[in-house]
Amino acid sequence: MFARLVYESFRRQTRRKLLVAAAITLGAAVSTAMIAIATDIGDKISRELRTYGANIIVTPQDSTLDVQIGSVNLKPAGGAYLNETDLPKIKGIFWRNNIAAFTPELPVNVKLGSTETTLLGTYFAKSLKFGDDHFTEGARSTFPWWKVEGSWPAGDSGDVLIGEKLARVQDISAGQQIQVNGKPYRVAGILSTGGIEDSQIIAPLAVAQAIAQQPGAVSKIFVSAVTKPEDAFARRNPDTLSPADRDRWYCSPYPQSIAYQLEEAIPHSHAEQIRQVEQNEGKVLSRIEGLMLLITLAALFTSGLAVSAAMATAMFERREEIGLMKALGAGHFMLSAIFITESVLLACAGGLVGFAGGALLAHKLGYAIFGSGIAVEPVLLPLVLGIAVVVTFMGSAAAIRRAVKYDPVLALRGEA
Amino acid sequence: MFFRMLIRAAMLRKRTAISALLAIVVASAAATAMLNIFIDVQSKLRKEFRGFGANIIVEAKSGASFAPADLDRINSVVGTRGLVVPFAYAVARTSGGQPVVVAGTNFDLVRKLNPWWSVSAWPNHRLQALVGVRAAQVIIPDGKSFALDYLGRTLQLSPAGTVRTGAGEDSRVYLSLADFETWTGLQPSVVEIAAYGSATEVSSLLSTLQKNIPSADVHPVRQVTEGEANILGKTRSTLLWSAVFIIITAALCVLATLTGWLFDRRRDFAIMKAIGASDRLIALFISGEAVILALIGALVGFAAGIGIAAWIGRVNFHAPVTPRFDVLPPVLIGCLLVTLLATLLPLRLLRQIQPAMILRGE
Repeated sequence: MFARLVYESFRRQTRRKLLVAAAITLGAAVSTAMIAIATDIGDKISRELRTYGANIIVTPQDSTLDVQIGSVNLKPAGGAYLNETDLPKIKGIFWRNNIAAFTPELPVNVKLGSTETTLLGTYFAKSLKFGDDHFTEGARSTFPWWKVEGSWPAGDSGDVLIGEKLARVQDISAGQQIQVNGKPYRVAGILSTGGIEDSQIIAPLAVAQAIAQQPGAVSKIFVSAVTKPEDAFARRNPDTLSPADRDRWYCSPYPQSIAYQLEEAIPHSHAEQIRQVEQNEGKVLSRIEGLMLLITLAALFTSGLAVSAAMATAMFERREEIGLMKALGAGHFMLSAIFITESVLLACAGGLVGFAGGALLAHKLGYAIFGSGIAVEPVLLPLVLGIAVVVTFMGSAAAIRRAVKYDPVLALRGEA
Repeated sequence: MFFRMLIRAAMLRKRTAISALLAIVVASAAATAMLNIFIDVQSKLRKEFRGFGANIIVEAKSGASFAPADLDRINSVVGTRGLVVPFAYAVARTSGGQPVVVAGTNFDLVRKLNPWWSVSAWPNHRLQALVGVRAAQVIIPDGKSFALDYLGRTLQLSPAGTVRTGAGEDSRVYLSLADFETWTGLQPSVVEIAAYGSATEVSSLLSTLQKNIPSADVHPVRQVTEGEANILGKTRSTLLWSAVFIIITAALCVLATLTGWLFDRRRDFAIMKAIGASDRLIALFISGEAVILALIGALVGFAAGIGIAAWIGRVNFHAPVTPRFDVLPPVLIGCLLVTLLATLLPLRLLRQIQPAMILRGE
């Protein structure tokens, strides 16, 4: 009998039920999508922040002072170097999946024709291998704002890029040959970076090593890592932490712990965060995350209230039905049970469809804005269903409470 | 008579009227808050992005330095549109004969320009230096005063503190511009500018500078400008889509609430019809009701939305989101449209009904 009452109510009042169900579904979809976006936005924005380039720099432990003003490097030759063969080990550290890109650099002072300038040896897009992993690293992915007019030097061609300022002064164009320390090199393209590289020659690392007569030498490695904004715990010295805390520190992607792991991986190295990039990224990231969190709260609140209002009107509409049931002898318990069951059924159906729709929405939106999908955790399903049930119930609770108090005579006469 | 009917109708069905009004208020508040935040977030986030430091660099042509007149001109062109910080560089030698880069600048301005510098103590007296952490290991292992030599002129300095940035600054010694100029006789050769405002404002400032100071090389810091544009764009589209979803949900709920309310009152309309009201009068009556509801709901919601936006701004950006009254017209019109739509849809059905059938409860 009970089941039949509920079933008939759905069958005979399809229009009303559909409107309320649509409101619940949309509310659940928006809540699901917003929660998914808010939980994932940190990761997405952190990847986008990699357009700012490297945030960790690795240098030899006992390196001498840099004597560099603008693009002019006045450092005498010599000093300590890192070893190029250690580079792939960067992809072997604990947080290897957070290493978005890295690139080595070796500057050497050279003569371009008769002018003194700096030649910077680096990787453009070099295939490396660590264990069974193959990956491509270099300046193109580490410094996404570098623009080349002409083409990037291919593989191991030994071609070079020339900074746009230097090219203008020397009147060099892409495809031309230049004489560096008396040896000819082909210019593949003109590089524009808005930084000191605009007045330098950028060459494959091997070329710089040959000129410096330092085979395998690297003087700096720029690492672009996806990090978690540092907090007070991140600034602790890992050597003074208790073993449990130390593990927690080591296993959090703080810039400090990634730098620490890089030092472990590369012998005789010193790794440090580049504060201009790292500190500001942390700030921007926490602002955007905070904003999305608050907006998600607002969205949950809004859809909750709106669905409640829709549910309440749907309930008030049914005074006469309630009056009739009461007149036929339905008790308070029976009445409440029917309406609560109806709300829960509506909430579950709406919540399920809404969850699926919201997951799809979040996924599509992730692709549209960030170029990668936003995954919705299955854990979210019970949460969204729970919220849907609570919101629907709250909307109908007031109406149900009044309904059980109706005087059937008044309700049936339409005067309640 | 017409108004009396409107008011009595609302009074008699207080609860349903209130829940319809609530739905409109929520929708209008959500729309107002989201639109306000969407408009304001750009300027709020831009403030955070200025923490990345200079986005325009003006360099004297190689080897030269700026004449005081050039610096004045840069300052007057930029004015309040940005922060102008001059830098002068020279290579000096330590008492051990090691070369080290010495920079002269204005500490108060650098502090504002580069808030990421981790400085143990800023210099505040003459002949005090700010020493990079790597330079400090070489020059002042004992932390006491040190001497630097530039072309035979020796300067005795005391270290105020150290600076750590993870970049070139770590190997330099920073002096105040006055100390630097009297010691080396050199003028600033690089001016770093943190220009405020949108990408177009920054690029217009860039071209004005290029036109006004032809002797210098003016260029944008692409690392900073491109990163900022990228993040801002993505954040804004995420916000825009969130706003669209939230507003659609709220609007649909208004629709559901109002149609429910009208169907609930079909008996009233049947009576009105039975005692001689024309279809037009009933339509007018219902639309009048809808317009009043929409207006009250939109205004109350607008006020609440402004409050929510201000709260979010205060919590997240530590600065309130400025209320934008130009958001009011679209919110008002949106509310009116949704409520009218919600009332006109069931109206067609209501017209077809026969009073006798409804009154008999069929």
